[in-house]
Amino acid sequence: MPSENNGAAFRGLSLVPRSDTAYKMKDFKSDQEVRWCPGCGDYAILSAFQGFLPELGVPRENIVVISGIGCSSRFPYYLSTYGMHSIHGRAPAIATGLAASRPDLSVWVVTGDGDALSIGGNHLIHALRRNININILMFNNRIYGLTKGQYSPTSEAGKITKSSPMGSLDNPFNPVSLALGAGATFVARTVDSDRKHLTEVLRAAADHPGASFVEIYQNCPIFNDDAFALVKDPAERDTRVLRLEHGQPLKIGEDRGVVLGDYGELTVVDLAETDEERLVVHDAHRADPAYAFALSRLDEPAFAHVPIGVFRDVEAPTYDAAMTEQIEQAKAQQGEGDLAELLAGNDTWTIG
Amino acid sequence: MPKEIQQLDRVIIRFAGDSGDGMQLTGDRFTQETASFGNDLSTLPNFPAEIRAPAGTLPGVSSFQLHFADHDIMTPGDAPNVLVAMNPAALKANLEDLPKGATVIVNTDEFTKRALAKVGYSANPLEDGSLADYKVSPVPLTSLTVKALESFDISKKDAERAKNMFALGLLSWMYNRPTEGTVKFLETKFAKKPEIMKANIAAFKAGWNFGETTEDFAVSYEVKPAALPAGRYRNITGNLALSYGLIAASKLSGLPLFLGSYPITPASDILHELSKHKRFGVRTFQAEDEIAGVGAALGASFGGALGVTTTSGPGMALKAETIGLAVMTELPLVVIDVQRGGPSTGLPTKTEQADLLMAMFGRNGESPLPVLAPRSPSDCFAIAIEAARIATKYRTPVIVLSDGYLANGSEPWRIPDLSELPDLSVEFTTGPNGENGEFLPYLRDPETLARPWAVPGTPGLEHRVGGIEKSDRTGEISYSPANHDLMVRTRQAKVDNIARDIEPLEVDDPTGDARVLALGWGGTYGSIATAVRQVRRSGAKVAHAHLRHLNPFPANLEEVLGRYERVVVPEINMGQLALLLRGRFLVDVISYTKVRGLPFKSEELAGVLQEVIDRAE
Repeated sequence: MPSENNGAAFRGLSLVPRSDTAYKMKDFKSDQEVRWCPGCGDYAILSAFQGFLPELGVPRENIVVISGIGCSSRFPYYLSTYGMHSIHGRAPAIATGLAASRPDLSVWVVTGDGDALSIGGNHLIHALRRNININILMFNNRIYGLTKGQYSPTSEAGKITKSSPMGSLDNPFNPVSLALGAGATFVARTVDSDRKHLTEVLRAAADHPGASFVEIYQNCPIFNDDAFALVKDPAERDTRVLRLEHGQPLKIGEDRGVVLGDYGELTVVDLAETDEERLVVHDAHRADPAYAFALSRLDEPAFAHVPIGVFRDVEAPTYDAAMTEQIEQAKAQQGEGDLAELLAGNDTWTIG
Repeated sequence: MPKEIQQLDRVIIRFAGDSGDGMQLTGDRFTQETASFGNDLSTLPNFPAEIRAPAGTLPGVSSFQLHFADHDIMTPGDAPNVLVAMNPAALKANLEDLPKGATVIVNTDEFTKRALAKVGYSANPLEDGSLADYKVSPVPLTSLTVKALESFDISKKDAERAKNMFALGLLSWMYNRPTEGTVKFLETKFAKKPEIMKANIAAFKAGWNFGETTEDFAVSYEVKPAALPAGRYRNITGNLALSYGLIAASKLSGLPLFLGSYPITPASDILHELSKHKRFGVRTFQAEDEIAGVGAALGASFGGALGVTTTSGPGMALKAETIGLAVMTELPLVVIDVQRGGPSTGLPTKTEQADLLMAMFGRNGESPLPVLAPRSPSDCFAIAIEAARIATKYRTPVIVLSDGYLANGSEPWRIPDLSELPDLSVEFTTGPNGENGEFLPYLRDPETLARPWAVPGTPGLEHRVGGIEKSDRTGEISYSPANHDLMVRTRQAKVDNIARDIEPLEVDDPTGDARVLALGWGGTYGSIATAVRQVRRSGAKVAHAHLRHLNPFPANLEEVLGRYERVVVPEINMGQLALLLRGRFLVDVISYTKVRGLPFKSEELAGVLQEVIDRAE
């Protein structure tokens, strides 16, 4: 993670020009009236994001935010950067084309649980496995908000909604597990209401070269209020949240910790019965994703122990850089393309 | 004694065999030899969708037809004069296309009881007199090849596989084709397997020598070079010409080319070809699906690239929503649909023109966009450039409707001088355009109605685009009834106005007093033009016009339609252009359609035209 001083070089922005402008948060607010429901978690995320952007230290015009469809996807309108509010589920694909052809841009995708995991699931996993240099912020409110309250692919099984009056039959995705399974090189989770933590995670995501996936627990006060109350409520929070800090032992509050089980799984133990030395020390940089995956499986049962923070952050070649490299290599080996020579080819004949 | 050489003005040869017999390669080589000899030519590859259908069966037959002449020709020909049949299946599958008196060269080694039974021959057609109407040359191609390669250190299987080169050698002798090109080709192709290389060259030469020495072939033929317009020529397929057109458009516009594509027959060759040309700065992205292919292309366009996606019918269906987004965001995008038989998976390797109405209307809402169609394999080059010109100038997605016949068919192409190509230079918007120094992303150019193209990285012009209805001038979200009405009409007007900026429809009416017009579009040009010539040779009068711009139509189309008593519209669909013409101009055109997965036969079209002319008299 980079130092916190403004303008620090983020590794993920190595090809983006630097800016000397001392941007303020207000420089990233657009003139559009924000139109989310009162109390929506999106307000907090927007504010944290606007507050964070000056830190990137790049010209405002080199930042692009691309979204799909859903409540969260209105995000680009409220930012004074370049942006595209695209179509349902396709933002990772559109962002891939932009990032692959313009390495000089800082590209952010804003999406929701329905947009990213249902209609756009295919694009999400492929953007992650390719490790294209984009940052994907997935607001997870475990419900379809814009279509007024149907269950989403992260809704708990049995959820009663407008489209599932007797309870939904679907088993939910664990977004962090899914991202890790797709080979994501950066996966993190944070919470809309914890501005400090959210900002730290944004910073780490921006620093990561390649695709970063950030799940943000986000409250929908209208259709799924308090879905994440247990990890937000000050009285409950500390006994339920497992804060991931690289190099620190995995502890949940003061009383519980995480040890390695016989089959590579992680198990929560009572520290009254277990020596603290046995606790697993968090290592976000492990090349093998098995540990991060085991961490992601700690979520269940419902919010008993929820890891928050950076699960995985490993360096790997990025798609866009490799694509540019192949072009440079071709030019170096064969020279710049000559159109007349190309059109003529090898087998020609002349008449007249 | 030297053998007799007969002069011919044109020949149609069809090579046919099993999918694994190398018929496409054989046809391709004969084509290259013919091209370098200077004949005009046109080709029609025809192969099954299965990579290797069961050997020796009718569905496994693959063929390659080549028409070459000492004058300009426009189609691969209706019926072959010569059929090379490598096995009984190839004979059976192709015989009905042969006119009486045609030459049939058969590989007798493959006419075994078992092979004959496999395709339902109860008796050997070479012996039961059923081929009496044809000039049959039985040649044991396989055993002759194996014998010729005895001295090579290769397996019997490899020796047998060289039989296509033996056949090529024999045909090359029969038609006095140059051979250096094929020898050079084999040297390169098998550079890493020298023994196989030498064996294939030996088989090729053995085939030639067999023709020269054996008494079975008394005559060889000569087709003189064609008197085409002066210039430097090469042979080119439609897919290759499209690929080159896109690279040229990138150079001419100064925009880097970005292709987002998902493999699909018969369009994949464009992806293959463009991926080879990275030194032109071409970026090719093989996407996870059709939707991502067009999405990535649109993302690249937003960033200032020439965004292109290539596909065929099923992929077009999947891309529809993103193309609608391109209509709404008014960003340039080139969408190439190499049409194939449909619906659904349809006929993946066969040609059809049935995506016209989908290109015109296959999106939600009022979403007009320009539609173009090349008329021949080589015209694909010019169409790609025209598509890029319209897309970048008018900030709009453009659909190009090629087809399977154009994609794989080939013809000689006069290589253009770079100075003949249009200037496509694009100027991005770099400063504010509003009266108060603000940037209005939907303030239009009064002439073209195009909106500014301000790409990320341009300071001061930060703006947001998207799929929700845009407010005029500002581009902000707007649900206003009056604004929506205005924007729908403006988007339509922008596309309609392009009619002022495209070539008028040219009519070929030599005497100027024909009463019947044949009007086609896209890949049927050659068939219709040949039919028109045939009708004229018989003394009748008929005019011909061919549409390359389907939306908007050329500005003079209505006037042209009004000049003729009857208008015949041949199409390889159920009458899609006819429907547009009737709806648009209230003209009662005569629709003539065939959907056999193959180009029209000119003979048949000539008959249709003659009948209409006779009725009009």
